[in-house]
Amino acid sequence: MLILTCPYCGVNAEETELHPGGEAHLARIGPNGTDDEFEAYLFARKNAKGVHFERWRHAYGCGKWFLAARCTATLQVFGTYRAQTPHPPADIVEAIRKARPDWTPDWTPAEGTAE
Amino acid sequence: MTHTPPFRLPAGGRRIDRAWQVPFRFDGRHLRGLTGDTIASALLANGQMLMGRSFKYHRPRGPMASGSEEPNALLGLGQGGRFEPNQRATTTPLTHGMITRSQNCWPSLEADIGAINNWLSPVFPAGFYYKTFIHPRPFWKHVFEPIIRRSAGLGRAPTDPDPDRYEQAYAFADTVVVGGGIAGLTAAREAADAGGTVLVLEQDGHWGGRTPTDHDGGQAAIDAALADLRGRKGVTLRRNTMATGLYDHGYLIARESLADHDPNQGIPRQRLWRIRAGRVIAATGALERPLSFACNDVPGVMLASAVRDFIADFGVAPGRRIVVVTNNDDAYRTALTAHAAGLEVPAIIDARPLADGALPQAARDAGITVLTGTAIAKVKGAKHVEGVVLCSHQGDGRPTQTIDCDVVAMSGGWSPVVHLYSHCGGKLIWDEGQSMFRPDPDRPPLGADGQGNVTVAGAANGDLRCAGDLEHPEAPTMPVWVMPARAPYTLRAKMWLDFQNDVKVTDVELAAQEGYASVEHTKRYTTLGMATDQGKLSNINGLAVLSNALNQPIQATGTTTFRPPYTPLTLATIAAEAKDDAFQPLRKTPIHAWHETHGASWEPVGHWRRPYAYPRAGEDRHTAVHREILAVRAGVGTLDASTLGKIIVKGPDAGRFLDMLYTNMMSTLPVGKCRYGLMCNENGFLMDDGVVARLSDDTWLCHTTTGGADRIHGHMEDWLQCEWWDWKVYTANLTEQFAQIAVAGPKARDVLERLSGTIDLSAEALPFMQWAEGELAGIPARVFRISFSGELSYEIAVPANRGLELWEALHLAGADLGITPYGTEAMHVMRAEKGFIMIGDETDGTIIPQDLGLDWAISKKKADYIGKRAQRRSHMTDGTRWKLVGLESLSDKVIPDGAYAVAEGVNGNGQRKTQGRVTSSYHSPTLGKPIAMGLVRHGPSRMGQVLDFPMPDGTVMQARIVDPVFYDKEGSRQNG
Repeated sequence: MLILTCPYCGVNAEETELHPGGEAHLARIGPNGTDDEFEAYLFARKNAKGVHFERWRHAYGCGKWFLAARCTATLQVFGTYRAQTPHPPADIVEAIRKARPDWTPDWTPAEGTAE
Repeated sequence: MTHTPPFRLPAGGRRIDRAWQVPFRFDGRHLRGLTGDTIASALLANGQMLMGRSFKYHRPRGPMASGSEEPNALLGLGQGGRFEPNQRATTTPLTHGMITRSQNCWPSLEADIGAINNWLSPVFPAGFYYKTFIHPRPFWKHVFEPIIRRSAGLGRAPTDPDPDRYEQAYAFADTVVVGGGIAGLTAAREAADAGGTVLVLEQDGHWGGRTPTDHDGGQAAIDAALADLRGRKGVTLRRNTMATGLYDHGYLIARESLADHDPNQGIPRQRLWRIRAGRVIAATGALERPLSFACNDVPGVMLASAVRDFIADFGVAPGRRIVVVTNNDDAYRTALTAHAAGLEVPAIIDARPLADGALPQAARDAGITVLTGTAIAKVKGAKHVEGVVLCSHQGDGRPTQTIDCDVVAMSGGWSPVVHLYSHCGGKLIWDEGQSMFRPDPDRPPLGADGQGNVTVAGAANGDLRCAGDLEHPEAPTMPVWVMPARAPYTLRAKMWLDFQNDVKVTDVELAAQEGYASVEHTKRYTTLGMATDQGKLSNINGLAVLSNALNQPIQATGTTTFRPPYTPLTLATIAAEAKDDAFQPLRKTPIHAWHETHGASWEPVGHWRRPYAYPRAGEDRHTAVHREILAVRAGVGTLDASTLGKIIVKGPDAGRFLDMLYTNMMSTLPVGKCRYGLMCNENGFLMDDGVVARLSDDTWLCHTTTGGADRIHGHMEDWLQCEWWDWKVYTANLTEQFAQIAVAGPKARDVLERLSGTIDLSAEALPFMQWAEGELAGIPARVFRISFSGELSYEIAVPANRGLELWEALHLAGADLGITPYGTEAMHVMRAEKGFIMIGDETDGTIIPQDLGLDWAISKKKADYIGKRAQRRSHMTDGTRWKLVGLESLSDKVIPDGAYAVAEGVNGNGQRKTQGRVTSSYHSPTLGKPIAMGLVRHGPSRMGQVLDFPMPDGTVMQARIVDPVFYDKEGSRQNG
């Protein structure tokens, strides 16, 4: 059972206090999206073994949704952060890089990496 | 030789109190033990070596061990609701008047009919069931399976409810030390020195583990360590507490026995500790391994450490003449202990070519014969050891001499208890020098910070001589996996690996020969390690035999997965107080008590209890429902609708937000009006419905289904917090703040107008789908002109604490009009008569509003709403989707809910093709005939056609496709 710190109320919440919400940072595809775009938005998930960003709701606490960066293989938690961001903030990225030097973000098309 | 008394030694036994006798029963016989005995030591003290029968061959078995790894001495304890099967006699303390029973034998332990399997054992090798019972196919289901099922399972489940109380508790500690032996207590002191809270858990009722038994001065060392720890703040010591499993992020589960020995004390019998450990130090010790020689399962063959424990801890002689067989120095302690207790030790059989360490020398000094390079070729005796036949260990078993004895104390070396380290991902390495798997310090289980959170101390870490100054040098263990080394098949076929499941060396070899190279496959093919001891005793022996058969190193074979719990947890402890009324919270409306006193028959709806109907004397539920419906249709009735979800959505962007949430337009709803709305998920599927009322310029009140309130509120918050976080909207779930009562029927207005109030309830002032606010019967109220019954209907919301007052006022005012409380079933039937859909009946998570003919509630003007894009996917716009219609039974019988309408032809599985199904089906008292709704392919364009619904009994029911609105199609009643 994981322990995640709710970034809103600061509680180190047990997994039983939380409600999982799947992969974070999905960009919503609205009525103008193509079939392929919409299918990817609805169904295609990274299912990463390793660094992963996911949504959690502090359901039996403050009720807020927050996001967590963690390793799905080792359960290491790199940090939790507020949901109101399209991408993980810099301090989270830094924490991940410190623990996983080989990891690169996939949202900024930096040199040598593709979106 | 025979097994002769006395079995209780005249002196010794550090755990027992000879002043206090404890009477108990075993298989009906009245026996006596002593305070401090385990069941096993008490039985041995009574000369009862035979304690069980093995599972497969029903071979007679005595205790093998003295701890939780015991595979044989499993008994049924207690009676009635307190009966417990498969309790280990070696770890269960004896209590006054205890009733114990042997298992897996009939008619008795001594004369067990099932033992015929033993004579048939040559035809029952590994995989026998898989190979034999597969043909002929139909025989499996009708012949083999029923027979096998009857003989399956070890022990019998109790039939009565458990009368005892169990509880759960939480604990937090910076360091949790598991194991209260010398290594654990030392680690605890070091942890306490370093600062932080320390919790020490010991599975046994006594501290110290093996140290007091094995070392001179051991007890004093343990006592000193305990005294030191007890004097420290922040250190908690807990005995009788078994750490059963370690999970993610330092979550440790432990079971504490509080009153197992006396369930009538009035305290909980067991307590399940749910511990969050900053780090765990596993000081869980090691378990001795058996040796694989022929007939190593005859009662009287025991682990050397167990023989030592019975003598030293309980003052019990398992026999009078004890042969020790070993591949290490430690077992010599058993010979010395037995010798010191006045028992005969005719020889120590040591497989090693040399034995000249301090312990072997002490044995020789005591006059005990030590035979090196020697092995046991075979144990003599059937129900009890009568002697051993010896041979050269390096040979093929040719007998060299025979020694009479009644106990064989064997030691094949020690295996660290690595379970906790392995439960949560820690890896093991094979220690070639010590012939054991031990924790790999470079690959520990990881905590939330990515650092190792489990360390291992003492014997659990492979450090078998961890008692510091108490230790003397010992020569290394020699790996012995089969004894003698070149034993032929006839001997290997009698060497037991798993004593409970009867898995022998040859079974594992057969598995390897048949291609089971993976240890996990071999485990399942042979059942090695699948007994109640879960391979604690001898899995390593099995892995070694498999590795030899596969001709690969043991590290390459690896271990099977270590899964919690370490020892079985009873379900009662896991459930603890969460049973009966405390199983889950019960939600009650403010009017609940009234329903109860008026004979409500309850229906569980989520955590709520709602009245299904109010049967009167002489009525069944069905009759009551019909009476209630007719009362509403002809007069007036009241429904407690307090459970409906009520969510306030407020803010400058509330209208815009609701336009995204609902399929229809809510932003244009005028203040004072109500609108029925549909809510879909992003997949386009209908997830909830309800009436929305606009309370003010920036405030809407959204009604949801009873089951949907919390979920829909969560859904709203999800979109607000994670997608449109810059929109200025607040939501509040006010479901429990309001009581809500539906007053429905042609006389509804008459009743309401009799109450004093400030609200004009006339048709002109408050028409259908409007709401008004004011005072009713002296209570602040909102009155909504909405209808789920199709009748003239008002839903009145008042503060929750005034709900009962309003309900009673209504019943007082309407008594002469025959006002009738109605329940959920009447509500369901009336809505079906009107063709109104019900979330969960007409929808099942795969239905879009378009399927239900609800296109009128889907805005064509809005650019977007949740689910809009999905509803344009090809599968959603497919013209062959099943659509809502009414179904009129051609007979006077109600078509069962869920029945399928068949089409021509069969599918690939030979089943009839289908073209629709029934989603709601009732007898309508209003219309005096059955009514139903269903989803049918091309349904709305097939009015008048007849569908076939095959029934399970072979008959076929027929129904005609009709309009789903059976009653008052024009809606004049609800609009009136």
